[in-house]
Amino acid sequence: MNPLQQFDAEALYDELARQIKIAAPKLDNVALVGIYSGGAWLAERLVKDCQIKHSAGFIDVSFYRDDYAQKGMPAEVRPTHIPFNVDGATIILVDDVLYTGRTTRAAINELFDYGRPSQILLASLVDRGGRELPFAADFVAQSLNLPTNLSLQLTRETMSDHTVKLVLTLVEKDDTTPPTSN
Amino acid sequence: MHNPQLNQHGELQHLITTEGLPKAIINRILDTAESFVSIGNREVKKVPLMRGKSVFNLFFENSTRTRTTFEIASKRLSADVINLNIAASSTSKGETLLDTIDNLAAMHADMFVVRHAQSGVPYLIAKHLHDTNQHHVHVVNAGDGRHAHPTQGLLDMYTIRHYKKDFTQLRVAIVGDILHSRVARSDIHALTTLGVPEVRAIGPKTLLPGGLEQMGVRVFNNMDEGLKDVDVIITLRLQHERMSGALLPSAQEFFKSYGLTPERLALAKPDAIVMHPGPMNRGVEIDSAVADGPQAVILSQVTFGIAVRMAVMSILAGN
Repeated sequence: MNPLQQFDAEALYDELARQIKIAAPKLDNVALVGIYSGGAWLAERLVKDCQIKHSAGFIDVSFYRDDYAQKGMPAEVRPTHIPFNVDGATIILVDDVLYTGRTTRAAINELFDYGRPSQILLASLVDRGGRELPFAADFVAQSLNLPTNLSLQLTRETMSDHTVKLVLTLVEKDDTTPPTSN
Repeated sequence: MHNPQLNQHGELQHLITTEGLPKAIINRILDTAESFVSIGNREVKKVPLMRGKSVFNLFFENSTRTRTTFEIASKRLSADVINLNIAASSTSKGETLLDTIDNLAAMHADMFVVRHAQSGVPYLIAKHLHDTNQHHVHVVNAGDGRHAHPTQGLLDMYTIRHYKKDFTQLRVAIVGDILHSRVARSDIHALTTLGVPEVRAIGPKTLLPGGLEQMGVRVFNNMDEGLKDVDVIITLRLQHERMSGALLPSAQEFFKSYGLTPERLALAKPDAIVMHPGPMNRGVEIDSAVADGPQAVILSQVTFGIAVRMAVMSILAGN
């Protein structure tokens, strides 16, 4: 892994939060679901900052991935947790980086095994292009067009004053970097 | 040393026994199972992981709970599950076991779940699949003779972890007919690997196998002494069907000395949990008041068993 550039992820987050804050009051029975791990961090913060009534849900798409036959079960699987009734809810699905759309497909399939939402919207910190499925984000802080050999990684860093900041790094994929599934 | 359960990348190829199973693999199975537990609480209790895969349940020995939970686990993974009626199958017409396996593999079996009264049968099948280059077919041991019952061992570990969180501070007592118990063996290996500092075996001399001390187990013939200050009690069924000769005077006698009564349970830690792999004989190894009491987690074991079997099958099928 070879870091090439760092983005101001906090500024991107503020922009995403601004867009959702404007839209949320017009939506009925709105709830946020973050895709592990980056999307989960974002959803948790967005619920507070955008005054969303329902607690954030978290989704791990491992059981719904389309590459299980090639790659098998991921080493780490976290339990999906949806703390609200999916039936009739307006769900904003939150991911850090929107890429091929395959993770989004898996997450939507999983959500429908919990119930029938009235609407699903998609929020992403960055849309990096390269879609392989027909998805578009409803809320996005920045759009890029990255070549396939580059990858974006969202991490969290604890600052000296104990606050936690988001860091988004552009890296060159090498043979040891697992292929991204965003 | 070659571990027949692992492939050349060190991944789980078959699940035959908990003996020698690396701690990282046990923990991964338990962690994955945790995600499957929550699926049992949803409206749609299915995930699409094993769509298009065929799981053959080969139960050469009777079982209701284990066969049913394997069947439910397969179905919740979206696999096609085929239960073979062994009594009416070709093996009873003289076909060898391995010929049966080859025929089922020719029907594109992806996984065999095998129970057999003879120790070593799942290993024999796994070895045959390896020798005949059928590496895409996986074997899960669902109990073989007195040897092993690894998914029961793993679901017991899941249950202990669920209630006690940390293995490294525990005293675990296994009580009763340890001689005939593949569950006890699978539990002891898994508990030791996970770092449980004190595993106790409690039972009459006639029902305790030799070599327990070499496995790192403290042996007690007196139930009251053995139960003192334990965190977990695993009671075992008295396996009359595997007993030959006079190992015990009677079931009533056994209950008098080794039955888990509320009075005896009080010798363990106040928050001790009581487990039983089932089927349970009330009034033989366990008193009804304990089996139905607040410290019993016997039905949770059954529920967790589905999730643990889903974890094992989905990890195997992906390797």
